[in-house]
Amino acid sequence: MSGFDFLTTRFDMAVGWARKFSLFHYPFITACCGMEYMSAACAHFDIDRFGAGLTRFSPRQADLLLVVGTVSHKLAPALRTVYEQMMEPKWVIAFGACAVSGGIYQNYAAVQGIDKIIPVDVYIPGCPPRPEMVLDGLLKLQEKIQNQGQDWRWKKKT
Amino acid sequence: MEKENLIEEIRKRFPDEIESDAETRGDQVLVVRREGLRPVMSGLKDAPFDYAVLLDLTCVDFLASENRFEMVYHLYSMSRNRRLRIKVSLPGETAVVDSLVGLWKNADWLEREVFDMFGVAFIGHPDLRRILMYEGFEGHPLRKSYPWRKEQPRITLKD
Amino acid sequence: METRIQKEARPDTMLLNMGPSHPAMHGTFRIMLELEGEKILNAEVEIGYLHRGFEKTCENKTYFNLLPYTDRLNYVSPQINNLGYAMTMEKMLGIEVPERAQQIRVLMSELSRVSDHLTCLAAMAMENGAFTVFLYMMKAREFLWDVIEFTTGSRMTTSYIRIGGVRADLFEGWRDAVKKAVLETRRVLKDVHGLLDKNQIFLNRTRGIGAISKEDALSYGWTGPCLRSTGVLYDVRKAHPYLTYDRLSFDVPLGERGDNYDRYMVRMLEMEQSLRIIEQVAGLITDKRPRAKTEEIEPTEAVRLGRTQKPRQKIRLSPNLEGSEKQRYPEILTADAPVVVPPKEDTYTTMEGLISHFLFFMKGYGIRPPKGDVYFSVEGGNGEVGFYIVSDGTDRPYRLHLRAPCFHIVSAIEQLIKGRFVADVIPTFGSMNMIGGELDR
Repeated sequence: MSGFDFLTTRFDMAVGWARKFSLFHYPFITACCGMEYMSAACAHFDIDRFGAGLTRFSPRQADLLLVVGTVSHKLAPALRTVYEQMMEPKWVIAFGACAVSGGIYQNYAAVQGIDKIIPVDVYIPGCPPRPEMVLDGLLKLQEKIQNQGQDWRWKKKT
Repeated sequence: MEKENLIEEIRKRFPDEIESDAETRGDQVLVVRREGLRPVMSGLKDAPFDYAVLLDLTCVDFLASENRFEMVYHLYSMSRNRRLRIKVSLPGETAVVDSLVGLWKNADWLEREVFDMFGVAFIGHPDLRRILMYEGFEGHPLRKSYPWRKEQPRITLKD
Repeated sequence: METRIQKEARPDTMLLNMGPSHPAMHGTFRIMLELEGEKILNAEVEIGYLHRGFEKTCENKTYFNLLPYTDRLNYVSPQINNLGYAMTMEKMLGIEVPERAQQIRVLMSELSRVSDHLTCLAAMAMENGAFTVFLYMMKAREFLWDVIEFTTGSRMTTSYIRIGGVRADLFEGWRDAVKKAVLETRRVLKDVHGLLDKNQIFLNRTRGIGAISKEDALSYGWTGPCLRSTGVLYDVRKAHPYLTYDRLSFDVPLGERGDNYDRYMVRMLEMEQSLRIIEQVAGLITDKRPRAKTEEIEPTEAVRLGRTQKPRQKIRLSPNLEGSEKQRYPEILTADAPVVVPPKEDTYTTMEGLISHFLFFMKGYGIRPPKGDVYFSVEGGNGEVGFYIVSDGTDRPYRLHLRAPCFHIVSAIEQLIKGRFVADVIPTFGSMNMIGGELDR
């Protein structure tokens, strides 16, 4: 019945609105991009004004995994474990050129992009990206969260 | 002691172990034989030479030559404000050399790194295992024979 | 695969893993602790989670191409790494850098050093619970990064200090920006002194904790602020002066006990000395007369005109970094040897310029130092940053090795935390300023 769909889309939008403005992120910081993450999180270029300011240092309590910096093959299992420990709904941002595609490190030691290990929602390129780019990426993720179908119905996720 | 006298004194003290000395671009270099490394190092560490700090310990892989590996040590004497470079050549088949663990405490990790990257074994090292690569990595990455882009993933990668 | 501590641990103790992804582990560091209650009986440290293959990569890139890789070593003070590499190459090639470039290098070095110490202490304070200090210091760092950004084009990894000089001259209005940065940093330092110096909680967590003796510190090969906190006076800027440091007056603060509090205090006082150096160098750098506003044309237009006659007008290269024009070259880049990128004005308009541009960048040509090896070190934020380069006469280094200061500092951590409590690991580790890019290369 069409009336029922109208209600569920409105409810989806409300749930999306609530989720996008209260992101708890887990900063999986490894390398140089961590400095720009610190800049983006602090007073000059605040990410708290977008609701994403509170850093949760445990994957069980976070819903946004910010992979910041190069992931090496030695660290890859740890990243996979952290991702699997997070609960649904969860999103991943690949922050920096090394997380997006391996960056300038095309050698035996670095994973050529974390999307070879975990699924990624938003890619923020740059080496390191300016804090404004980080905020732009966060806004794009918020747009994505608003528009995706929220899985509040009791159906199994495949 | 003046710089020239210093090298002469060292050569007088260890006539057999030191093969040659040179000065390249202002750096003093001593080439030492593999067997004499430990006595030379412990002699240099104590008075009167007083090289109390091991600045660096590394290795160079000369694939083409007969003595494949060359260990390079940088010592620093704080009282004299003088640096010294010591080189030891090792053949590729039996790349073993004495460990300096009893003399300087940072030799522990530095030698583990050289073992990890080059495969040079150190006699007398208490715990010689990999430090920068993960256990289970095959090969020694900084050898010239290891291909630069050969990845060894630990977990299965997608596409 | 069992780790060493798992093999050695007694059956009735607890093993705690402070894993590689941990907020207080500065990224990628793993400490495994054997605990009895809260007391640490044994500790094992595992590094290498940020090993990015820097040394192997450098063997496959030309001397000019590997400059961005040196930025990403100690990524909180990237210009000092650039400087170390550039000066090692200059020692190998035997070239002399112009005076103005040396002063600009000193200015950039000290700005990087201040931002290194700010980041280290901000992270250490935040992990101990002083979140305000973190926010204040990040605010001060932004002003420093403003100066760096307007000069070099990038906030962090700049590749600004090149072999033979610097990439571009300082921007117009740099004096005010530097003055503002120094003022704001001094304000923040005064606030932080008031917040932390006599704070009972901070003192309880850092005084007497993580102490190391002079002999041990030298045996571990410590250098930099951590060594100076034990009382040993060794600063590469004073012991082997490079650039113009022998003409500048600054003190080197020393500690007494070598514990966490002394490391914190040495860094705070060193920042003040660095600000002093910045002010002195800013006084020594002369201002250029502003360029007369002449008519400027685009390069394509100049090529078109140049078919019939040499163009009279000046060529505007846009967008390009302000201060990197050809007329500035004699002051910021050496003319000794062909180790610098030829100016774009020549490249785009003359045939010789184009040929020299290609010969610089082509495989097999470019910077080719004579055979041999060289070692040179500069004073980084953590200590003595040394580069050991072996050259075989071609355009790529045969071997490039970095003497990483925090590798030696961190190798002592097992000794420092044994016998202490779990909560002591955090300030001890924070005061050592572990930077993953440098530790693991």
